[in-house]
Amino acid sequence: MNKIWNEAKECMSRDEMSVLQSKRLKKQVDYVYHNVEHYRKKMQSVGLEPGDINGIEDLNKLPYTTKDDLRDTYPFGLFAAPQSEIVRIHASSGTTGKATVVGYTRRDIEIWSECVSRALTMCGLGRNDIVQVAYGYGLFTGGLGAHYGVENLGATVVPMSTGNTKKLITMMKDFGATGIMCTPSYLLHIAETIIENGDLENIKLRAAVCGAEPWTEKMRLQIEEKLHLNCHDIYGLSEIMGPGVACDCELHQGLHIQEDHFLPEIISPETLEPIGENELGELVFTTLTKEGIPLIRYRTKDLTSITRCSCGCGRTTARIARFKGRSDDMLILRGVNVFPSQIEAALLELSETLPHYMIIIDRVNNLDTIEVQVEVEERFFSDEIKELEKLTKRIEGVIKQAIGLAVKVKLVEPKTLDRSEGKSVHVIDHRVFD
Amino acid sequence: MFLKQVSVFLENADGRLGSALNVLKNENINIISLSLADTTEFGMLRMIVSDPEKAKTALKSAGLSAHLTDVFAIKLPHVVGSLQSVVETISKAGINIEYMYALSTKDENACIVIKPADKEACAKALEGMKLDFVTDDMIKNF
Ligand SMILES: [Zn+2]
Repeated sequence: MNKIWNEAKECMSRDEMSVLQSKRLKKQVDYVYHNVEHYRKKMQSVGLEPGDINGIEDLNKLPYTTKDDLRDTYPFGLFAAPQSEIVRIHASSGTTGKATVVGYTRRDIEIWSECVSRALTMCGLGRNDIVQVAYGYGLFTGGLGAHYGVENLGATVVPMSTGNTKKLITMMKDFGATGIMCTPSYLLHIAETIIENGDLENIKLRAAVCGAEPWTEKMRLQIEEKLHLNCHDIYGLSEIMGPGVACDCELHQGLHIQEDHFLPEIISPETLEPIGENELGELVFTTLTKEGIPLIRYRTKDLTSITRCSCGCGRTTARIARFKGRSDDMLILRGVNVFPSQIEAALLELSETLPHYMIIIDRVNNLDTIEVQVEVEERFFSDEIKELEKLTKRIEGVIKQAIGLAVKVKLVEPKTLDRSEGKSVHVIDHRVFD
Repeated sequence: MFLKQVSVFLENADGRLGSALNVLKNENINIISLSLADTTEFGMLRMIVSDPEKAKTALKSAGLSAHLTDVFAIKLPHVVGSLQSVVETISKAGINIEYMYALSTKDENACIVIKPADKEACAKALEGMKLDFVTDDMIKNF
């Protein structure tokens, strides 16, 4: 079993955790009410005062915070600490509209580093390790967040940032790096380059800590298989802190949330009511110790489920399942909630890499129709109609199994579907809702 | 014994066939024979051309899904039963014929293109028939 960085906090009984969270929640609510006008007004508009919140059982009374609140108060409107206390700014460029800006006090940075150290310890890393951080350094929280965590752990950090794979691999070999932190897709690219160059025996990597983009369990296993290491999933979002809000231990049975700092809830994205354990819904966080920009019931839009039963690793902190998609991507088709990521995962079952695809939704005679277009790539090609029809049926089968709805699969010529950089469009919804 | 056929996956939409043929025209590749099989969703264009390798490369660089497939092209005299005896030999050997179409020739003979499910087994079955095959080296000046 890997070590535990902070046993007192990561292994406390559920009752003790509730008491600690209640105490901190009360303090945090009082703090935002008196220091953030936007929150004060929000609470007043529903007739709430800090005294109404006495513990986590009162959480449901508090209004939600969304990305819109951050945009509306751009840049510093939600900051609770004065500028003289803010030691760092990070920002994420949204796909639409203004950037979301977050600020950290010195203590925020310390807590963040502590959380990353806990995550790295979960991954089996310690002071005797050399860790390459290959997340981007800059306004993005990935690079610096990971960097400070590695330093706090006492390991040796190599601040690679992104962009130069050749140099990264050379240093990985020459320095004998044993850990790496980067996005999973970048690590797969690194792995393929290492294997192509016949360098596998020259690297000493033991653990990879990946995050910052949606990925699948299949990808995680692929990385482990290619590089002969343990690959972990680290989660975070800049609004709440950055990487390190949660991470999976060596048992890979969900990501342990650093619950003494971030209070999680799962809500129904439709009714906005909290839902039970192990049920799929939207993840919501309330920061418990944040000074720079504390957020109350922040809707992450990430879809997952939560479990609070204790883990074989000894930690008692709540765990979230691998993300199932984003609530703003959720489609309601014939009354069934469908996430494009489910269709993607089904397509991944067909072969090693994901074929290019597009989901086209329409409504014909009051019935939703779903067409999934898949490009006929090299590996799918056959000059026999029979084989192509078999392929179509096979794809229809795996998708139906994944989403519980019949879809129509249409094979299309290669490179006809959109391949725009970054967030590519995978869904076209032609339905009109009045 | 084999002849390389160019197979192209086409969406069943306006102008797709035209654009594939246009690529070949621009590369000065002669189409000796073609067959088009289609469903409501897509079609498969199968062609015997003067330079199959060049055709494949050109079609691919134009973004089309093109592949080479080995087929049999057999010259047959215009005599009743000549095609029947070939087909019977193949089916007696337990080999399925995936598709077949005619290949145009300049001489007196007819010519048929056959794609069996198992090309090696089919080659063996046809061995004893003393057939006249059109092969890759002959097709340039066909
Ligand atoms: Zn665990």
